[in-house]
Amino acid sequence: MATATTPQDHDAGEALAERIRQASIDGTPLRIVGGDTRFFYGREVKGDELSTREHCGISFYDPVELVVSVRTGTPLAALEAALAEHGQILPFEPPRYGEASTVGGMVASGLSGPRRPWAGAVRDFVLGTRVINHEGIEQRFGGEVMKNVAGYDLSRLMVGAQGTLGLITEVSFKVLPAPGAVQSLHLELPLDEARLRLADWGREPLPISAAAWLDGALHLRLEGGPSSVAATRARIGGDELDNAFWSALRDQHLPFFRAGQAPLWRLSLPHRAPALDLPGIDESLMIHDWAGAQRWLRTELDAEAVRQACQAAGGHATCYGPRPAAIEPFTPLPEVLMKYHRNLKAQLDPKGIFNPGRLYAAF
Amino acid sequence: MNILYDERLDGPTPELDQAAIRDALLQAIPGMTLLHREEDMRPFECDGLSVYRTLPLLVALPDSMAQVERLLKECHRLGVPVVTRGAGTGLSAGALPLTHGVLLVMSRFSRILEIDAEARIARVEPGVRNLAISEAASPCGLYYAPDPSSQIACSIGGNVAENAGGVHCLKYGLTVHNVIKVEVLTIEGERMTLGSDALDAPGFDLLALFNGSEGMLGVVTEITVKLLPKPEVAKVLMASFDDVEKAGNAVGAIIEAGIIPGGLEMMDKLAIIAAEDFIGAGYPVEAEAILLCELDGVEADVDDDCETVRHVLEKAGATGIQQARDDDERAKFWAGRKNAFPAVGRMSPDYYCMDGTIPRRELARVLKGISELSERYGLKVANVFHAGDGNMHPLILFDANREGELAVAEALGGEILELCVRVGGTITGEHGVGREKINQMCAQFRPDELATFRAAKAAFDPHDLLNPGKNIPTPARCSEFRTIKSAAADTAPGALQG
Repeated sequence: MATATTPQDHDAGEALAERIRQASIDGTPLRIVGGDTRFFYGREVKGDELSTREHCGISFYDPVELVVSVRTGTPLAALEAALAEHGQILPFEPPRYGEASTVGGMVASGLSGPRRPWAGAVRDFVLGTRVINHEGIEQRFGGEVMKNVAGYDLSRLMVGAQGTLGLITEVSFKVLPAPGAVQSLHLELPLDEARLRLADWGREPLPISAAAWLDGALHLRLEGGPSSVAATRARIGGDELDNAFWSALRDQHLPFFRAGQAPLWRLSLPHRAPALDLPGIDESLMIHDWAGAQRWLRTELDAEAVRQACQAAGGHATCYGPRPAAIEPFTPLPEVLMKYHRNLKAQLDPKGIFNPGRLYAAF
Repeated sequence: MNILYDERLDGPTPELDQAAIRDALLQAIPGMTLLHREEDMRPFECDGLSVYRTLPLLVALPDSMAQVERLLKECHRLGVPVVTRGAGTGLSAGALPLTHGVLLVMSRFSRILEIDAEARIARVEPGVRNLAISEAASPCGLYYAPDPSSQIACSIGGNVAENAGGVHCLKYGLTVHNVIKVEVLTIEGERMTLGSDALDAPGFDLLALFNGSEGMLGVVTEITVKLLPKPEVAKVLMASFDDVEKAGNAVGAIIEAGIIPGGLEMMDKLAIIAAEDFIGAGYPVEAEAILLCELDGVEADVDDDCETVRHVLEKAGATGIQQARDDDERAKFWAGRKNAFPAVGRMSPDYYCMDGTIPRRELARVLKGISELSERYGLKVANVFHAGDGNMHPLILFDANREGELAVAEALGGEILELCVRVGGTITGEHGVGREKINQMCAQFRPDELATFRAAKAAFDPHDLLNPGKNIPTPARCSEFRTIKSAAADTAPGALQG
């Protein structure tokens, strides 16, 4: 078993639990903060700040078991560095929106990077969580094994819930070996042609692990054994592309993300969804990541129109901050679904102390 | 402790008059098949764990979703519990009926609604058999990855309810990783869509919560699964070992070499002999353990990986290594493993299959513990093991016709599961808790954690009408479980320690 330590190894669980017990007694809302690098992802929370940063360190890592357990205040960069020492990775390639990005923020936001369509999302690699509940009791769901169906899957429920159901204090992940070979490619292709090729390649067992179309070119990444990567590279052609392109895309460092004042939209769509029915939108000015399943758009168009177009295509749209106050970040839920969201929130956080209003005004 | 529903421990049951409920349901849903005679309901009294049998109040066999919707609304109005059943192949009594509940059988919903090769998805009704999806997708070069051993018979709706696994989980995931969207009906008969045709959906990840929820949060009426391109090739290596521990260490060594096999299975001597007698798979009967390692993907990579694995196995002390020469031999190697349960079934009138999952590093200790328990209880145990992901299937051999032997098998099984929990594992990797492991949930979770599970259930089903009594034990049951355990510990100080 590897002993991995991060410089600030510290278990602040009891102090966090005490804060929550007190907040529960007082009915004080808490605003949970890790590295505060994902402030743009959701509604503003009014509450006392509860920082996870002191709750830091890798509590268990066994590369042979493919399992790592880590406290949620741990910087994401520190976790990935510890894995890299053993040639392993978080396969979902989580974005870092700054050096301060924490494991807790990664799990709470549930955002995944370019490898997501092929490898899976954050939630797919969560094996277990420790969560401090509304009474200030730390509870454990799931565990450190690959298969576990005992009880309801509350661990995965926490992913993307943005801390509204409890404070996640520790997460166990399944990790995987880093691919043996990586090759990124740049192919000048019109968007329509790129879509057709991706659809064809998608039906074959090719070692594609990222595909994004922007600026008139398809950007592809091949990952796998050296033999298959070389063979696929020879077959597909194109020019070599620096692998660093993918972290720039993942972390929103490309010029697209920095230019312009119009609100930034993340469109999550079925990958083969055609061009959206939106007036005045030039699809060639968008980024089509995830082989078309995640598209980035800057527009001043009415939020309702953007959302309707995405819903008509089978997806949804999220508005990243900074955004005008009138635009909700997340797509409103159908009535029945909203009812059960409220019920679940009321059951797991009856006093409404955890990040109230972060996802929706109603809870 | 009794596994069957016990009002004293599991909560009061409503007083229901069969004839009155039947009249009310038939009036609300004219034309729906509703069985009520004992001889008609008898085939539905158990699922794949047939040692537990209960005759339901009524058996409903709707053939339209409108009927399901009305049935749920009516049961909700009348306060009648509903147990949903798919193909009935489950191994944890998750679809065990209730004497005071309607059994809702979803097997008539067996249509594949859509195979979209370009989107690489299949949209199916819940009664569709697992294997039927892959068969329908096969002409497009696609398949559905999760492959429980019961895949010929089990239904996809049941797979979702149990978050079913199979032999390819380490690489391809469980049901939860391969389902992208479900349509559900709540107990109040409301329709909801969880997940989406895109890769994510707004709000909480209720799709993940519903996977493995054992039919206790809602009824799944339609499922969209992800299809994968069939791997170009799959090759299998079979390695034999003269020592179980060496085989266990070889598993870790393969993964340490950076290889994630498509399947990595281990069998112990008793399981090898049973499978060989039954199937003639070509297994080395003199071995203490065998490993089956399947590598799949692009041919060039698979060939490289086969070489690497062969070296690793040699170094780990394998006494023999055989690579299947062709697809026929590969199928033969797998046939022995996939038929291990019925094969063991031939050696004994009955067998009882456990489903604990452990960290792989604990394998040797747990196998030793199982063998000590097996001796102490006087029942043989054959071990079949999804070695790659740590999911064990110890098969306890017993004879239910011998007075008290089922109870001995249950007690031995319970101790094996508690051993799995003690080494950092879980009582169930893929079969579910159902009724079978309801007592061991008290060993795995604290009372406050179980209360959180009950809170999650109450958000969807506040009156506890969907499959009551399964999966999450009541405080009363756990309190009795702990009392019995501490009494046993006092009288047996030599009990096995994790």
